[in-house]
Amino acid sequence: MTGKQMSDQSQSAASPDDVPIAETGPVLAADGRPLKQSLNRALRRQKLRALMLIAPLLIFILITFIAPIADMLFRSVENQIVSDTLPRTVKELADWKPDDAELPPPAAFAALYTDLFIAAEEKAHTRLGSRLNYEATGVSSLFRKSGRRVDNLGEDYVDAITAADAGWKKPGPWAVLAETAGSALPRFADVWGEFARVAKVNDKDPAGEKPWELLFVSLAEDLRAGGAAAYDGPLKRELDQITQALVEVAPVDYQAALVEIDAGWADRTVWATIKTYAPRFTPGYFLNAADMHLGPDGIALKPENQRLYVMLFQRTLIMSLSITLATILLGYPVAWLLANLPMRISNLLMILVLLPFWTSLLVRTSAWKVLLQQQGVINDILVWIGLVADDNRLVLINNATGTIIAMTHILLPFMILPLYSVMQTIPPSYLRAAKSLGANNWTAFWRVYFPQSVPGIGAGSILVFILAIGYYITPELVGGTSGVFISNRIAYHISTSLNWGLAAALGAILLAAVLLLYWAYDRIVGIDNVKLG
Amino acid sequence: MSALPPYTTIGQRVWYYAFRVIVALILFFLIAPIVVIIPLSFNAEDFFTYTPGMLALDPDAYSLKHYRDFFTNPDWQQAMRNSVMIAPAATVISVGLGTLAAIGLSQSHVPFRRAIMAILISPMIVPLIISAAGMYFFYSRVGLQGTYVGVVLAHAALGIPFVIITVTATLVGFDRSLTRAAANMGANPITTFFKVQMPLILPGVIAGGLFAFITSFDEVVVVLFVGSAGQKTLPWQMFIGLREQISPTILAVATILVAVSIVLLTAVELLRRRSERLRGITPH
Repeated sequence: MTGKQMSDQSQSAASPDDVPIAETGPVLAADGRPLKQSLNRALRRQKLRALMLIAPLLIFILITFIAPIADMLFRSVENQIVSDTLPRTVKELADWKPDDAELPPPAAFAALYTDLFIAAEEKAHTRLGSRLNYEATGVSSLFRKSGRRVDNLGEDYVDAITAADAGWKKPGPWAVLAETAGSALPRFADVWGEFARVAKVNDKDPAGEKPWELLFVSLAEDLRAGGAAAYDGPLKRELDQITQALVEVAPVDYQAALVEIDAGWADRTVWATIKTYAPRFTPGYFLNAADMHLGPDGIALKPENQRLYVMLFQRTLIMSLSITLATILLGYPVAWLLANLPMRISNLLMILVLLPFWTSLLVRTSAWKVLLQQQGVINDILVWIGLVADDNRLVLINNATGTIIAMTHILLPFMILPLYSVMQTIPPSYLRAAKSLGANNWTAFWRVYFPQSVPGIGAGSILVFILAIGYYITPELVGGTSGVFISNRIAYHISTSLNWGLAAALGAILLAAVLLLYWAYDRIVGIDNVKLG
Repeated sequence: MSALPPYTTIGQRVWYYAFRVIVALILFFLIAPIVVIIPLSFNAEDFFTYTPGMLALDPDAYSLKHYRDFFTNPDWQQAMRNSVMIAPAATVISVGLGTLAAIGLSQSHVPFRRAIMAILISPMIVPLIISAAGMYFFYSRVGLQGTYVGVVLAHAALGIPFVIITVTATLVGFDRSLTRAAANMGANPITTFFKVQMPLILPGVIAGGLFAFITSFDEVVVVLFVGSAGQKTLPWQMFIGLREQISPTILAVATILVAVSIVLLTAVELLRRRSERLRGITPH
């Protein structure tokens, strides 16, 4: 029924005295509304009720699960640390080109001094150093060293100011100056802002804190630039006095001073790295995850001996494929027998499949660890039978073999169960029909039975493969170094190397692969058909 | 299938028995690792292989000392306490919210049903290491990293897909006219839910709860990252034991856990049969 017809009818319902139309008019519900409207309302209410039932869980999952995943994806491109820690330097570098033959302008060095000083006060410089160290080795120690020694660059200024009036050693005049500086002393006002912020973070009152050396320096720079003339407050006399005293002092050469602290600051690549990673978002982690590197000259492949991740992704894929293949080979006969035996026997045998499925992953992994050791049960049996010499026991663990054996065992039930449920639906009479039409056993199986079991193989394979490529525990425990997966590298970056951005990028790539497979699974099997037990 | 017809050739007979042997070997591969460690957990020595005494069934070669260690060692006891605290708490959250949502999802008109379903199932799809990484980053931002609440919330999220799947599966066979009949006879929606619907879907709810429980009870990746040493659970303690210095106590714990799985497996199987009987589906 179209909307127009409906509105016609509701109009007619609204005028009940129009007798001829009312007779052929709409069917009314008990409360006198048109039935259509009433039903629509009931439908809306039903939808709303369903949504109300779902809402608590949906919100719960969004907060406890989807938000963390989104956070991880965000971290894989997020790079605010450079612009947050070195905001002034980044600004000064805006016009500098990394491929210039020269170092950045002196203003950049002055800005770097200010940023480094503040960062060192907050202990943020080491974090930035380790971040940039991922991109250019050696930066970490450069930042640590500079952070330690950056606080005696302006000694001459401090001496000059305190010689003019020893009161500046105390917090008092600085707080007064901060309140009355207005726009006359821009550098000082900027630094005071940071000083007050850091003091507040530490729950201190900025007006009672010992002034930073950087405050002296910023004031001196402002006064050199003629700030005293513009200043109009209670400390005017003192500022004039200091301006006089500063004439005697040689200005600080920030570039020379920083290069003296560490020659690294005369290296253009350090500056180029800072500039390259200045934007708030970076593809750097993803490039790292693909064994590439975003340098000042653009994207390039890493040197051969530093490539790791492409190999790891390949290994993860190949080993997952081998495991999937192994589960198909082992699972198919079992599922076939289970589906074709009488219910009573197959139910009993099913326990042998379900018990491993229900047993703790750690239990199964420990079992394999015990069995596969060189002094373990399997080697003992092989030696006892005489297949293997006692001094030549097989190395079955802490390598790829161990991972494949243990994971095939662990994931086998995930192949058998979907295969079994598909095979149960294939009528045995088809095979008999094929045979009675003259097919031999193999032809009957291959041309009649197998094609019908392919959906089960597809479902089981995708399930096993999805589970395998994200596995962490088993490879970690029995994989040694040659049997680990990409997930072990993710865990390493989270808990050991603390390169969270790279961990997030690797995770995002793995997640994309799994979601793609999952989408395929949904197309082939349908998520509603996932069965448990 | 059970007996060979008389007209089979020798080749067919050989294949028939060979096939059975192959399947028996595969089933042996599935079950043997679990069975093998059970006697080893009674080993009187600190070895991980059968001693000659054990093979000779010498009673002196067996002992309960690894079990004694498990029940007296403070590390293992703390891990057990944590596991016993975290898993039920996570299960209650998953079952409570999950059952409500499953009932909502099984209504006939649910807008965005597929999208909602995809979101609710996602904790099962996303590899654990990725969930663990994301939760570690996010929970440390909001101050939940290294707390019991954080671990319980994380485990509840991981258990929810299992509850959703089992309960919606039970609701597929649920006869809606029963609730209509109850309403017709004057029961309000809450009475209808507890007196009519709940008893019928209860087996599914309990099975989902068992799945959620075992998910949390066995889970190690997420708790490794979201928890701190204070929230060390049994699987975590086993993981450390296996990675650093493997102690035979692990085998005793493993045996206990196998016993727990057998109990849970039996429970789920009984529930499944009961549910099918209640809903009038005969087991095939």
